[in-house]
Amino acid sequence: MSGASIYASRRAGSLYIAPFAIGFLLFTAFPFIASFILSLTDARLQDQLGDAHFIGWSNYAGMWSDATFRKSLGVTFFYVFVTVPLKLAFALLIAVVLNFKLRGIGLFRTAFYLPSILGGSVAIAVVWRFVFAGDGLVNQFLHGAGIGGVNWLGEPSTAMFSIILLRLWQFGSAMVVFLAGLKAIPEDLYEAADIDGASRLRQFWMITLPLLTPVLFFNFIMQIVQAFQEFNGPYIITGGGPMKSTYLLPLMIYEEAFKYFNLGYSSALSWVLFVIIALFTALAFWSQRFWVFYAQERSDKGGH
Amino acid sequence: MNTSSVILDQVTKSFSGHDVIKGVSLEVKKGELVVFVGPSGCGKSTLLRLIAGLETPSSGRIDIAGENVTYAHPSKRGVAMVFQSYALYPHMTVEDNIGFALRIKGMPRVEIKLKVRAVAETLQLGHLLHRLPKALSGGQRQRVAIGRAMVREPDVFLFDEPLSNLDASLRGQMRVEIAGLHARLGATSVYVTHDQVEAMTLADKIVVLNGGRIEQAGPPMELYRRPANLFVATFIGSPGMNILPATLAGAERDQVTVTTAQGPISLPRVNANIVTGAEVSLGLRPESLSLTTAGKGQLSGYVNLIERLGGETFAYIALKGFEAPPIIVRLDGDVELRVHDEVHLAIDGQRAHLFGADGLALGHVPDTKERG
Repeated sequence: MSGASIYASRRAGSLYIAPFAIGFLLFTAFPFIASFILSLTDARLQDQLGDAHFIGWSNYAGMWSDATFRKSLGVTFFYVFVTVPLKLAFALLIAVVLNFKLRGIGLFRTAFYLPSILGGSVAIAVVWRFVFAGDGLVNQFLHGAGIGGVNWLGEPSTAMFSIILLRLWQFGSAMVVFLAGLKAIPEDLYEAADIDGASRLRQFWMITLPLLTPVLFFNFIMQIVQAFQEFNGPYIITGGGPMKSTYLLPLMIYEEAFKYFNLGYSSALSWVLFVIIALFTALAFWSQRFWVFYAQERSDKGGH
Repeated sequence: MNTSSVILDQVTKSFSGHDVIKGVSLEVKKGELVVFVGPSGCGKSTLLRLIAGLETPSSGRIDIAGENVTYAHPSKRGVAMVFQSYALYPHMTVEDNIGFALRIKGMPRVEIKLKVRAVAETLQLGHLLHRLPKALSGGQRQRVAIGRAMVREPDVFLFDEPLSNLDASLRGQMRVEIAGLHARLGATSVYVTHDQVEAMTLADKIVVLNGGRIEQAGPPMELYRRPANLFVATFIGSPGMNILPATLAGAERDQVTVTTAQGPISLPRVNANIVTGAEVSLGLRPESLSLTTAGKGQLSGYVNLIERLGGETFAYIALKGFEAPPIIVRLDGDVELRVHDEVHLAIDGQRAHLFGADGLALGHVPDTKERG
């Protein structure tokens, strides 16, 4: 079989990309476009789609006077701005610790990554609800220590705290990426810095962190996107309450569609969320010239 | 004033039960350039890292500039190191790379700038100060790495195979630059390489390491002319020394006779501990053999291969009756010789070497002043 013939058969080639193409068109492109069209209508979930009316940008215009939306938007931004930096810092800290050369460090790495395998699942959110419930683990522990119980999920500030904690607890994937980034920094840079008299802390700030910025950037984008889309925590643990204090935008989108049947409005909300995420991502990409350092591959002979 | 800069006393190092350095004692004098050379895995880099403080010895003692630094932090030893990979900080400019140690020390910015500029001028890096390492050639990176060491004005410079990442022509050029730099600064230096040519050309003193032990230490020509054992004899010199099997036939007051596959050969030699009949190795450097006419030489054979380098020619000669690989003879550039020619070789007995079955050199030539 000659090398070129594999490229000659268009039919065979199309067959290979068909699974992706069909999947993409059906589950990504179609909903993407459909939701935008829906967002310009007053479609209701229980009605025939044909009954919907085209209402232009009214759904979008209506948001600014919707107190629930404003509240949800504020809560979402608060949640993102608190969890992303905290989670990145926490993941980096654990990665640095797990990068130490210690006996049995592989075991610790696995142990610390485990929560992340479970982390995002519904099951763990259910566990979280029990942990922070009025008679949950945390309160039982506090009782044991002689401290009165806290109504974790009943107070706006502590309810937010509990879902923030759930997010921080899922640091594993970011940590693993950081760990890989740390491993990629040549050991001799630290040895040179040792001889030059730089303390571990200064080595971290002057060598590790600058060389880790591409990885930090990647994690930052991933975390921003994921945090804006957080749903399990508020849906399962707090139900968005109390007093909408944990009513993140994805939960609002869900409830508008499947609880209040406002398919058009819900679609508009999801497009707003999409635009917000796109803006933040674009901003991050634009800003990287100021803080992300890409070490080019050494082009000459040798090196490692 | 102490004239020793680095003293190693019975230093050992094992990594998880495996002995890498097996008791090394050594003295580096102030201003000396000492080269550690040996095959890979001989422990030369480990020894350098022990001096740098990047490794801690399992036992023994290390003094630098008169102070016991066996367990001192690398930054408290007065050493600066040039790494094989250069270890330049990729996100810092040449200026920041060179000035890094001074910045850590908390030196005022203005002062750092002046010192960095002075060093950069010495190394012809003045026009590159604002570049990042990735925008530099291999040779320039190498110079930045040296500059980073120089700016600290250390008691001892440590070089870990600094030229092995460069291509051949650049390596030769940088070798000359390092030699020139050392001549100008007179800085005490310890230099690790696996390249015996680098060792010969740069060193005031060569330390040949093998299997975690010192095989021999001394000035380059001393090691070349009077190798203490077979290992040093074959390691130093390029092309290497020819080794021929022989048997000891007898000894007189100042002469030893060995029997080879081509009959007896007598060599001037004193102080040799001779056991007649013992297996020995006859060591002949390519330049201590010369062409002669039939009946005059001690060895004869056929030309196998001729390498003409211009100024000199290396002839590979298969000796009659020997199972050993062809020996290499250094001849004039335009010597008239063709493959398959029969040749007769005369041995310069003053420069021939004998090694016992244990590999140790047997005796030495009578008049040591004439040995050069």
